[in-house]
Amino acid sequence: MWDYSEKVKEHFFQPRNAGVLEGANGVGDVGSISCGDALRLMLKVEPKTDVILDAHFQTFGCGSAIASSSALTEMIKGKTLDEALKVSNQDIADYLDGLPPEKMHCSVMGREALQAAVANYRGEVWSDDHEEGALVCKCFAIDAVLIEDTIRANNLCSVQDVTNYTKAGGGCSSCHESIEEILVKVMTERGEAFKPGTPAKEEAKPAGMTNLQRIRKIEAVLEAVRPQLKRDGGDIELVDVDGKTIYVNMTGACAGCQMEALTLQGIQQKLMEELKEFIKIVPTKAGALSRATCHP
Amino acid sequence: MEGIYFDNNATTRVDPAVVEAMLPYFTEQFGNPSSMHSFGNKVGLAIKKARMQVQELLGAEHDSEIIFTSCGTESDSTAIISALKAQPERKEIITTTVEHPAILTLCTHLEKEGYKVHLLKVDGKGRLDLEEYRKLLTDQVAVVSVMWANNETGTFFPVVEMAELANAAGAMFHTDAVQAVGKVPLNLKDTKIDMLSVSGHKLHAPKGIGVLYLKRGTRFRPLLRGGHQERGRRAGTENTTSIVGLGKAAEMAQEAMAFENSEVKRLRDKLEAGILAKVPRSFVTGDPTNRLPNTSNIAFEFIEGEAILLLLNKFGIAASSGSACTSGSLEPSHVMRAMGIPYTAAHGTVRFSLSRYSTEAEVDRVIAVVPEIIAQLRKLSPYWEGDGPKAEPEKAFAPTYA
Repeated sequence: MWDYSEKVKEHFFQPRNAGVLEGANGVGDVGSISCGDALRLMLKVEPKTDVILDAHFQTFGCGSAIASSSALTEMIKGKTLDEALKVSNQDIADYLDGLPPEKMHCSVMGREALQAAVANYRGEVWSDDHEEGALVCKCFAIDAVLIEDTIRANNLCSVQDVTNYTKAGGGCSSCHESIEEILVKVMTERGEAFKPGTPAKEEAKPAGMTNLQRIRKIEAVLEAVRPQLKRDGGDIELVDVDGKTIYVNMTGACAGCQMEALTLQGIQQKLMEELKEFIKIVPTKAGALSRATCHP
Repeated sequence: MEGIYFDNNATTRVDPAVVEAMLPYFTEQFGNPSSMHSFGNKVGLAIKKARMQVQELLGAEHDSEIIFTSCGTESDSTAIISALKAQPERKEIITTTVEHPAILTLCTHLEKEGYKVHLLKVDGKGRLDLEEYRKLLTDQVAVVSVMWANNETGTFFPVVEMAELANAAGAMFHTDAVQAVGKVPLNLKDTKIDMLSVSGHKLHAPKGIGVLYLKRGTRFRPLLRGGHQERGRRAGTENTTSIVGLGKAAEMAQEAMAFENSEVKRLRDKLEAGILAKVPRSFVTGDPTNRLPNTSNIAFEFIEGEAILLLLNKFGIAASSGSACTSGSLEPSHVMRAMGIPYTAAHGTVRFSLSRYSTEAEVDRVIAVVPEIIAQLRKLSPYWEGDGPKAEPEKAFAPTYA
């Protein structure tokens, strides 16, 4: 049995906004029927203001797919389309007090349905560039396709490299055999032999990004979350970037807030998604990340 | 715990009489059967008795053909690896697409080590094509491993006949019979089956005990080497309490054999007919005319199995599903896929597996609850509209990246 949070169970047993939405003007159908998860998101958007007046869903899916869909509709109602598009899959998972690693893709599906529905409303065509593979690293929910692509793009040749670039294998280490198998496969393709014990690459820098580009990207992510923080009377500033460690300063109401660690974790997740590498965000007032917090 | 347990192909509850038989071997009879003193001697005698009880259930010719192991998976691995080690000149394995992962994952691994694995296909009802099998049986085949009854659908394979064919071709024959033992009368001495796997917890014995039946004269290479336990064929101090428990469970299974095939079967049939009559767009998977008496696997179209199980669980009903989500994999059950069941039905399969403890009242309750649950989930399904599926459901809902 999955370790579902009470919030997931609650949204599964009493899904909000389920069923057909009459008068919907934005519909997104996404998912993979082979994986057993598919979702139709229906939006009713006020054309003058772009505000989502109502959102409904239908899903062919498991408990967490239904819960993620239900949560998503609750989260986006009343938002403008641009505001709604800022909802990340991590936001959906956080709203549900977390999802098991095997089920994170349900929240990804929610975000994709939203993108598809907005594109449909705007008369655009949405295409999915994300391919999902078998789950390899259960600690950090990293799948085989991501690992394989990362090895290929960066010419990786050790398990340590894979951990540095994708985080996979950085936890309990049970998946190292599977990671080695993927390494063997990709390295054979490029005519190399996998040798256990090969030292990791010196500095794991994502392909083709200079330090300046990287810092600009980091600032862009922080800029994107700033309005949210300001709404709560706080702010964030970038202090320094040292390899994989990003130092920030939380100011205003954010400093010392009970939720600081959770906020930082969310930002860290967004940074990792944007930079496509494993980074650590450290508040300059030490210890905030490890401080115990409670969910809202 | 209160509740309706219809998941006996996953595991069974240990019979209280089995527990009772085991208890003294935790405390007063704690000796090591290999020891010379009387603490150990009595334990040795208890193991001897258990071995004979299992021999009786399997219809084996000799009690020395029974090797106690730690589980069904260990028995499977031991059998296949032994067959390969004993016949290094033969590099091929024949098995089926619908075996348990205990066989399939091992075979995938052996493929990487250079062995050739042939997977026999099944038809829409989960039946093998024996012509295909005959063609593959060459002098290159070291071992054939075919399950007696499928764990998901309960469908039987003709293992006795297949063992004859393997024997004629000079290949060893192994069968994973963990679902069949205790539900199907066995008489191994009259067959050409060389090796057979048993799992204790499928027949009301505890978890952590299994048996490998090894026909006398079958060439064998142990998986675990060390002490002389099990005549040197499976080293490691015996799990004495569980062996005693399995012996008792085997004796009880023998006594309940007729009941399993009459009363349990009747309840299973009632459950199945009751659900099918009330739920539209549902069907039985596998071969309903040739299967285990306790198993019914029903596909509920256009909804997903994990969601069904979660709702059943809310009503205190335990079953299992072939959906991808229940296992955390990306594909629905390989058994359903092998039979060509479409995705929209394969994800919605639910297996009900009864036992001799199942009651008529439980069956009635499940028949009453299931239709509501299915209707509730179909209301959420993008393939469903009102009382039936949308016209051309696959066109009505065709998600991106399907």
